[in-house]
Amino acid sequence: MKFRAKIIDVGCLNHFTRVVNTVSRLTKACVLRLTCDHLYFVLSGRVASGGVSMWCELSQGNFFDEFQLEGVSADANEIFLEVAPENLSRALKTAQNAKSVKIKLTKKSCPCLTLAAELPSLSSVSRVVTHDIPVDVIPRRLWHDFREPQMPDFDVSIYLPPLKTMKSVVDRMKNLSNYLVLEANLNGEMNLKIDTDLVSVTTHFKELGNPPWGDDGSQSSSPAHRDPDLMAEARVEIRKLQQFLTGQQVNPSRAMCNIVDRRILHLIFLHEDVSLQYFIPAVV
Amino acid sequence: MDCVATGGNVKVLAKAIHSLSRIGEELYLEPLEDGLALRSVNSSRSAFACFLLSPLFFQRYQAPSDQSFRCKMPIKSVQAVFKSLASLDRSVEKCRIQLNSEKNRLTITLHCKHGLLKTHNLSYQECEGLQAVFDKESCANVLQAQPRLMVDTVLHFPPSLEEVNLSVSSDRVWLRNHVEDDADSSRAMMTELCLSSEEFDHFAVGSQTSVTFCLKELRGLLVFAESSGLPVSLYFDEPGSPVILSVTDSVLEANFVLATLSEDSHPKNHVNTKHPDTEQPPDDFMSDDMDSFLIAMETSELPVPSHVPTSPPRPTSNRKHSFSEEEEEEALAEGPPNKKFCSLFFGSVLPTPSQLPNQTMQSQEVLASDSEDENQTETS
Repeated sequence: MKFRAKIIDVGCLNHFTRVVNTVSRLTKACVLRLTCDHLYFVLSGRVASGGVSMWCELSQGNFFDEFQLEGVSADANEIFLEVAPENLSRALKTAQNAKSVKIKLTKKSCPCLTLAAELPSLSSVSRVVTHDIPVDVIPRRLWHDFREPQMPDFDVSIYLPPLKTMKSVVDRMKNLSNYLVLEANLNGEMNLKIDTDLVSVTTHFKELGNPPWGDDGSQSSSPAHRDPDLMAEARVEIRKLQQFLTGQQVNPSRAMCNIVDRRILHLIFLHEDVSLQYFIPAVV
Repeated sequence: MDCVATGGNVKVLAKAIHSLSRIGEELYLEPLEDGLALRSVNSSRSAFACFLLSPLFFQRYQAPSDQSFRCKMPIKSVQAVFKSLASLDRSVEKCRIQLNSEKNRLTITLHCKHGLLKTHNLSYQECEGLQAVFDKESCANVLQAQPRLMVDTVLHFPPSLEEVNLSVSSDRVWLRNHVEDDADSSRAMMTELCLSSEEFDHFAVGSQTSVTFCLKELRGLLVFAESSGLPVSLYFDEPGSPVILSVTDSVLEANFVLATLSEDSHPKNHVNTKHPDTEQPPDDFMSDDMDSFLIAMETSELPVPSHVPTSPPRPTSNRKHSFSEEEEEEALAEGPPNKKFCSLFFGSVLPTPSQLPNQTMQSQEVLASDSEDENQTETS
């Protein structure tokens, strides 16, 4: 099992760092899945994480100048590692002006992801900072826990309002209630609602637009059969939604959510070369 | 006692006090013929700092007539006088420190613009002097660097990091976070920064050495050095001897003395230490042995393989080290279990000829002195 990769371009390094920072704000531990073409940061929905799950996919070619992987075996040419993204974030933080950053899988007293950054220096010899981040190698028999999540049979899919606006609304609602209802319909309308004994607040968004899912949208009932004004809703813990919105460091080129009525809120953020999906279960 | 600092030196004085506050809770003040000594020590006596401001630092410097005035006061009260550095810059024209021995008060007066006077009367406690025993000139290894280099280096380590290990070879310097030898340590993230000797203004290394000391207490000096633009010198010897960081100019000398871990084996770290005298291996990507690791894992039922600690646990008494053999080691070693650094040696032997004249030898500091000073002997 071998993994080595190198980033030379400063822009790629910054972008990769921002992705890692976003992931580190969402979870303390996650699985890093490495394949020949992609990197994935995966959090599988477990009770420990409050049922949220995350799937972040990066196309390695957009970040790394060199990328070599030898997986567990020829027919399973992948590596699954459990890692604390915060460590990765910390290691990348001071390497932002590096001439090059190399990442490789090593074995010290335990398996590690070693990050070595070559930094500019006052002399002819570069400064080298090396970080050894301990990881756990996940055996093949557990890989099925970390498969790509299926697109749920959603009832409504809608583009989100501008991130900044949505975040400030959610931030304020968090002061008033622990739970929030997000409802939307196929007419491009979305409401964020909180309802407590003392106060009810609803914020209305209009003309958001609905993504055009085609036949590959795994829809059993096509959107045309659904009353466009009918709202699908999900009542979720505000904290989880806020955590997701706060973590975003870059404005996505596309931000949308799919709602399975009273079941799941599925948020999808797309950048040029990164996609981030976040599933928040609905509570009663 | 009557000292007056003016202009930019008021801010330097304030910064010195803020630096000292990173070390201990009390400020020890002693006006000497050579200048005003401001000192602090931490509670476990493993870090000591001293700023000596020469008479030339002041517009006016008058030491007390009886030459043996020493006092201490809570450093927070003094910091409160010099609270806002920005406003000091803007509005304070001079700062006067006077001793009012009748009322037992140290009076600090800030003369500000527009005729405004801010007077602070601080109560103090007379005490024995505080002086750690150290001798920079006898250290085998001396490095000197611009403060920017030191600050950039320290940036790679988290602010919460306690202990750092400094290793030197003939042409390289390594800084690593030091991790304790316990069950959790192998899961800790290890960071190592390697610098070439060329980056230092002065690089004199006697022999390959590795010392471990507390980084937190050092940051106060780095902040001071960076703002003053003065180069920082590092003096150190073998593990167990203190490391001294020093910033000097014509009117000021600051010394931060930190105890180091006494070790009988190399610090536990992940990095291959076989390379020091040769050039850094360009790429040791091929030296992984994940395969053997993985094979072992697949055949066992354990999801996570156990690891074998690389060194047997050391008895805690090895970590305590005192300069002089005749001291009661037991007394020092009975510190709280998580204090591993040796206490700096604070006097009780006659000075050696190599002692600098301005390091007055004092006996061990008495916390609450109820007797007169004349019973204590002094050598200078």
